[in-house]
Amino acid sequence: MSFAAWALVALPAAAGLAGLTLRRRGPAVWLAVAGPAAALGCALVAAFGDAAVSYTLADFGSVRVEAALELSGTAVAVAVASALVSLLVQVYSVAYLRGDERYAPFAAQVNLFCAAMLLVVAADDLIFLLIGWEVMGACSYLLIAHYAKLPAAPGAAAKAFLVTRFGDVGFVLGVMVLGVSAGTFRIGELGEVPEGAATAAMLLILFGCVGKSAQFPLQVWLPPAMAGPTPVSALIHAATMVAAGAYVLTRLLPVWPPDLLVVVAVAAAATMVGAGLSAYAATDVKGVLAWSTVSQVGFMFAAVAVASADTALFHLLSHAAFKALLFLTAGVLIAQAATDGSLRTTRIRPSASPLAFWAMTIGLASMIGVPPLGGFYSKETVLGAAYESGTTAGVIVFWAGVVASVLTAAYAGRLWLLLFWRGGAAETATVSRPEASALWVLGAGTIGVGGLYFAGPLHVPELHLDLMTLLLVALLVGLYLVGDSWWRDRARDPSRLLGRARAFIASGFAADAAATAAARSGARAASAAARLLDEQLVDRTVVEGSARAALATARRTEAGHRGGLVRYLRLSVAGTLVVAVIAIGVNLWS
Amino acid sequence: MGLILVAAVALPLAGAVLTWWLRRSGVGVAAAALALAAVALLPAARGPGWWHRVDYPWAPSIKLDFALTVDGVSWPLALLTALLGLLCCIHNARTGPPVLTALLLAVQGASTAVFLADNLILFFIAFEAVLLPMWAVVYRYGDPATRRHAAAKFALFTVAGSLLMATGLFAAAADTGTASLAQIIAAGGVDRDLSLAVFTLLALGFAVKAPLWPLHSWLPDAHTAAPTVGSVLLAGVLLKLGTYGLIRVAGGLAPDGAAEAAGALGVLAAIGIIVASLVCLGQGEIKRLIAYSSVGHMGFVVLAFATGTEAGVRAALFANLAHGLITPLLFFLAGALKDRTRTGLLAELGGLRLAAPALAGLLGFASLASLGLPGLAGFWGEAFTVYAAVERGGAWFALAAAAALGAFLTAAYLLRMLKHVSHGPPAPAVEGVAGTSRTEIALWSPLVAATLALGLAPGPLLDLFATGVL
Repeated sequence: MSFAAWALVALPAAAGLAGLTLRRRGPAVWLAVAGPAAALGCALVAAFGDAAVSYTLADFGSVRVEAALELSGTAVAVAVASALVSLLVQVYSVAYLRGDERYAPFAAQVNLFCAAMLLVVAADDLIFLLIGWEVMGACSYLLIAHYAKLPAAPGAAAKAFLVTRFGDVGFVLGVMVLGVSAGTFRIGELGEVPEGAATAAMLLILFGCVGKSAQFPLQVWLPPAMAGPTPVSALIHAATMVAAGAYVLTRLLPVWPPDLLVVVAVAAAATMVGAGLSAYAATDVKGVLAWSTVSQVGFMFAAVAVASADTALFHLLSHAAFKALLFLTAGVLIAQAATDGSLRTTRIRPSASPLAFWAMTIGLASMIGVPPLGGFYSKETVLGAAYESGTTAGVIVFWAGVVASVLTAAYAGRLWLLLFWRGGAAETATVSRPEASALWVLGAGTIGVGGLYFAGPLHVPELHLDLMTLLLVALLVGLYLVGDSWWRDRARDPSRLLGRARAFIASGFAADAAATAAARSGARAASAAARLLDEQLVDRTVVEGSARAALATARRTEAGHRGGLVRYLRLSVAGTLVVAVIAIGVNLWS
Repeated sequence: MGLILVAAVALPLAGAVLTWWLRRSGVGVAAAALALAAVALLPAARGPGWWHRVDYPWAPSIKLDFALTVDGVSWPLALLTALLGLLCCIHNARTGPPVLTALLLAVQGASTAVFLADNLILFFIAFEAVLLPMWAVVYRYGDPATRRHAAAKFALFTVAGSLLMATGLFAAAADTGTASLAQIIAAGGVDRDLSLAVFTLLALGFAVKAPLWPLHSWLPDAHTAAPTVGSVLLAGVLLKLGTYGLIRVAGGLAPDGAAEAAGALGVLAAIGIIVASLVCLGQGEIKRLIAYSSVGHMGFVVLAFATGTEAGVRAALFANLAHGLITPLLFFLAGALKDRTRTGLLAELGGLRLAAPALAGLLGFASLASLGLPGLAGFWGEAFTVYAAVERGGAWFALAAAAALGAFLTAAYLLRMLKHVSHGPPAPAVEGVAGTSRTEIALWSPLVAATLALGLAPGPLLDLFATGVL
């Protein structure tokens, strides 16, 4: 069993590293698919027993870092989802990036990304986990910057890496505080941490998770990250990077001081509602999906806020299925419509591509919680956990969750109507076989993931009849709002309901622009100040100034020793006289 | 084994003389390769504590002995020196003049002597002996516009520091009555009353070399003006003399003083991390940017040492060595880039990813390593600097936060550099540049492999440091 745990991380990592050295497409395709496929196999093997290994990676005297992997039942479930989504993304990319010259490094980076996520899922040591955590960030940077011809790509990539790394300032400090106070980095051995240290550590770690999961107030990196190829968006949004923050929080839930969970609740509530509004106002297909991810990950954080780890993971899994499906379908649809993905121009007749139409419909239906799809069960259990918790945090996330459910139905309905029911080209397009197979598998997963409620490693609250009714009412209200607006005037976008604030909300409440401007001007000012201090004050003034002063003194001294013979003669006579006078004086005195 | 210890120092020096005499770079490469083999053999048949030692009287009246020794702290640095020396000699043998090879070997031999010296007077002589050939490297073979100014600044700054250090060394030798480093360390250092004074003198000298903010301003000029091999040795070897001296000599001779001065040292180191990173954020020239980044990285080393904890000292030693692998790699790559494009200005570069994918890929790898990506060598030292500072608690937590923020700023300026150099459409200077040659890949691959190996398996090196005598 321990072999499976190792191979789970090592095989895709090896495939990724080997792939980086490849140039030709043929072998790259094989490695691309083999890496996650092997990982998926290992994850399935690990399901049949508690796979655990550990050995000392680094001994710093007072504390040790252990390369510890431990696959509990829930971890296996997340690992299977991550590996499966990575595999499907790789299969899909073979067709999606057919003419791409830089396919080989792309596929290698996806494999490294997958390995990093699996490390986060399986690691039982916080520093070991940090390796996967940050390698994932670096891979996201490389993958988002994939398109060399897209001017926005390098900036978006750097933003994704830097915002998550800004969160990691907190994450690293928090991990170190935990390590110092517990004397170990093993998650399983953290045990009782003093209240003060636990508070500080968990708030710092929360900051890191908020960054990784693109939650309020660090959500700004996710929408621009759409500059990457669509399969990358699917990978980042579905079962990996953004989900990693929620996953780590569920692992560390035992350390949280219960009173502090209200902080998570506030962040989750603000994110769920704010991102839901932004999704409703977004102007392009991938933008709607990006904001919906932010909002849906908010549901996972909401479950964390009511200390219900398994519920958060349940939503993580069902979200992984439907969001991967939605993104991969969006890639197919945008390619078929041959647009940049703007909702203004992207129009597809349902009959033009029945597979894509149904895939999109199922994905959206699961997201808004139509029974009996996966999203219905997971969302209901999140609300159920909040309802049962009886804490302030529970009340906050419950009502935010209800409002967010209305919004989810509204933005999903709007996307569906605008995409499929405004005409578009009549000729039917075929979906290539790799792309179609990915859509089929994910479609089946989206429908079937609800089965985890009935059987599986997750312990989630029972369904409540009244909550189910509430959820369905919320769903219908959302659909009614958007449908009503649509029927009244089909020529206009239902997002007009938001009125004048629409553009402002579509830009994510201008947070991105404000944060970018603040970071730019702050960096410029700080850098200028540092250069003034360092280059002008320290270097020019003190260091070189002292050298100049020494030279000037030397020149003056030297000038005094320069003169004609007469001057020297005068000086010698004067000197002799002085010496003589003193000598005589001293003699007379004694 | 004593003979090998002597050979590790003598081979590069003999190679330098022969290369200079015969005007043949090939001789130098052979000498460097033999020196690397000699250093690599040292762990064989080692004892606990100090592995081997040799001791020949030289000038007993001034307590000068030719005494060499090696342990788990100095050996990795000696190996790094021998490796970088060999790589620089090979690099120079292809295109550069043989005299430069001779000078590089002289730097290598003297630096090895510093790392292996067991006698304080010998240590001082070797420390000073590094300076002259390095000055000549910058002065004769540097960038025509700035080399004279940079070389003079480097030499004067370092000599000023060395004089303070010499005073400290003599005071320690006079106080303890012996000049043997091992004996003084075993005796627990100098007298308590003298400790702070000795530490301050020594630390000032080493802080210039390390360099510690605000005594660093010679470094950007010297690194930028020096030829590629000169920058590599400056970053990979000369800076290490400073940190090694600080940790082993200053910390060993005056442990009480080190504890007393820890706060000041830590604060200066943290300021250095932040200020250097911010300066890098506005830097427009690639070599100068990498040079300044060294100030930040060395700030981590000094901060970790200043905490004085077990984890801190190990983190300092690890970060020190990791920097010696990563920054030389960056300088090699920046040199290759400048040779091809004839410019180092970020504003004139761009699109390297499309023009020369392998070079851009390696530059990306080295940048990720330098920003402390976990899984690569740069991570362990810097992350556990934060740990050590958190461990000290109290006001040290602020220094830990500064260090963590510094790691973020490091990522910011390196990504900014990559954005200018690698991304976007190819700039006119970059268009049509040659790809990497096999020799270049062979030259850089040991550094890449070591960066990856130390990142994935830091354990053996940390265990080696743990056996060191401190």
